[in-house]
Amino acid sequence: MSGAAAASASGATDAPTGRGAGGPAPQRIIVGYGFWIFLLSDVVMFSAFFAAFAVLMNATAEGPSARQLFDLGNVAVETACLLASSFTCGMASLAVAQRSQRWTQVALLVTGVLGATFLLLEVREFSRLVAQGAGPSRSAFLSSFFTLVGCHGLHVTAGLLWLGTMMAQFLAKGFRQDIRHRFLCFSLFWHALDIIWVGIFSLVYLVGVSA
Amino acid sequence: MSHATHGKGDAGIGATDGIGDEPQSTKEQVVSYLLGLTLASLLTVASFWAVHTHLIYGPGIPVALLALAVAQMGIHLVFFLHITTAPDNTNNVMALGFGVLIVCLLVFGSLWIMAHLNHNMMSMDDLMRMQR
Repeated sequence: MSGAAAASASGATDAPTGRGAGGPAPQRIIVGYGFWIFLLSDVVMFSAFFAAFAVLMNATAEGPSARQLFDLGNVAVETACLLASSFTCGMASLAVAQRSQRWTQVALLVTGVLGATFLLLEVREFSRLVAQGAGPSRSAFLSSFFTLVGCHGLHVTAGLLWLGTMMAQFLAKGFRQDIRHRFLCFSLFWHALDIIWVGIFSLVYLVGVSA
Repeated sequence: MSHATHGKGDAGIGATDGIGDEPQSTKEQVVSYLLGLTLASLLTVASFWAVHTHLIYGPGIPVALLALAVAQMGIHLVFFLHITTAPDNTNNVMALGFGVLIVCLLVFGSLWIMAHLNHNMMSMDDLMRMQR
């Protein structure tokens, strides 16, 4: 960056122009970009599960169909929990930008409680389905359903563990730059999980019930 | 130029100074998050409403749900992930474009191929009759 400043100061005509001029981007831009690439690869993996579900949606092997199994009230509450937790995660990133330990911890705690509620509802739904004899081994439709939604649930579980780690690190180490970069990655991960859930509740539950 | 952009704060993905080119105050950012939350909630309610309504032509409901889902994903990307047109975000936008391309190829390609296979495959009843 000092090179660009010196070039502009001397009025040199061959100073670099366009994107990338003035040296490398700050570390937080690069960290965000790298993690964004990972998230997109995760989305590509989910899209394969979405494709499998879309192909197998009607392969019920004369077993129960989506319309008979899915409880949309439960799905609506799960959706509300995850959307609200995405919002409180955004509030946490604002609190981190303000270096407010109290509000960071409060916002992250609310995010975690909402995420845990979502997970609890999902586990309850899965156990209800298995108890009805509609487990993953019943039909190709249910295999692809449990793979897709279960994979998202595993991601939320990993996100909750990561969230707890972030709370502890903010408490123990304060708002150091490397901790803030980790938190940036966490918040991107959490928002991306909500985006994938938008696909699941619309294209799995709602399309499944309306089909 | 780059120096000036970075001097304004964090303009990249997940930025904590708002979604525009100009840095925003914390209050403005809270309002921006609330706006995103409201829009996403409205689209969610519309999706759940579309399932049971009789206003939409029956076979068109999955298409309506797909459109609402894509719209809501856009809201999340702009208001929560802060994907913008800022110079620091160019790489993120291009990576997103490539990701969307792969996702579309994978999902619509699978559906297309499997529909054709289903269409060309002899029905199970005919197959049984031939084996007798």
